[in-house]
Amino acid sequence: MTVNELAALIEGKVLSLHGENDIKRGCVCDLLSWVMARGSEGCAWVTVQTHLNVVAVASLHEMACVVWPENVEADAESLAKADEVGVAVISSPLSAYKIAGLMYEAGVGA
Amino acid sequence: MTGPIYRESYSVERGNFATAGDASRAMKNTLKRMGVDPAIIRDVAIASYELELNLVIHSAGGSITLEIFPDRLRLTCADRGPGIPDISLALQEGYSTATQEVRNMGFGAGMGLPNIRRHSHEFDIESAMDAGTTITSQYRLMPNDGGK
Repeated sequence: MTVNELAALIEGKVLSLHGENDIKRGCVCDLLSWVMARGSEGCAWVTVQTHLNVVAVASLHEMACVVWPENVEADAESLAKADEVGVAVISSPLSAYKIAGLMYEAGVGA
Repeated sequence: MTGPIYRESYSVERGNFATAGDASRAMKNTLKRMGVDPAIIRDVAIASYELELNLVIHSAGGSITLEIFPDRLRLTCADRGPGIPDISLALQEGYSTATQEVRNMGFGAGMGLPNIRRHSHEFDIESAMDAGTTITSQYRLMPNDGGK
């Protein structure tokens, strides 16, 4: 599944470049050290954290995208950095719980 | 002992969250260009990012250095203080002295040093109050891992 396809699935929109990134798995977590220790390539990471370090962690793991749930306020600096380092960002009105459920139903594993 | 065949070093300042991760990304790109095993690159990236964050969150500033030897990689993080009063406590998973503001960003869960140690082949930490802390993280390279 691409980032653009995930955005359509979760009623969201892609706020960045790189909508064609390929998603291999998903995770939901707001603790950055936790994600840093366990993140993986191609991950779609759902988090309410929007600051620059989220993009840094996603980039270091070569994740496909960061997903901001419940229309959390976008961070312009993070979006600019995401464009630069190849990570996509989706904003969705749905909860993290519902986004994870929809991704899992669509075949995106943990 | 043979000296490093390659070295790159970055200055990291206290409180500068905006650039945290830049040094790790640069070092990761270096290792990818050199054809190092992806599993080792992942371990180095995790350790170097946690080291960068330690400098930003806890130190008075310092540097992080990647050195490549024919048979190993070495990450060295050296700061200018304030030093760690109880290293064994600092290495306990879940122990942290981070502020609430830092915790709200998703850091400060007491996972940094344990993550670094877990993702190193060899790990060493030395600290003196007021003088500073030096953390060394090393990785053995296989013969085909680059660095030759």
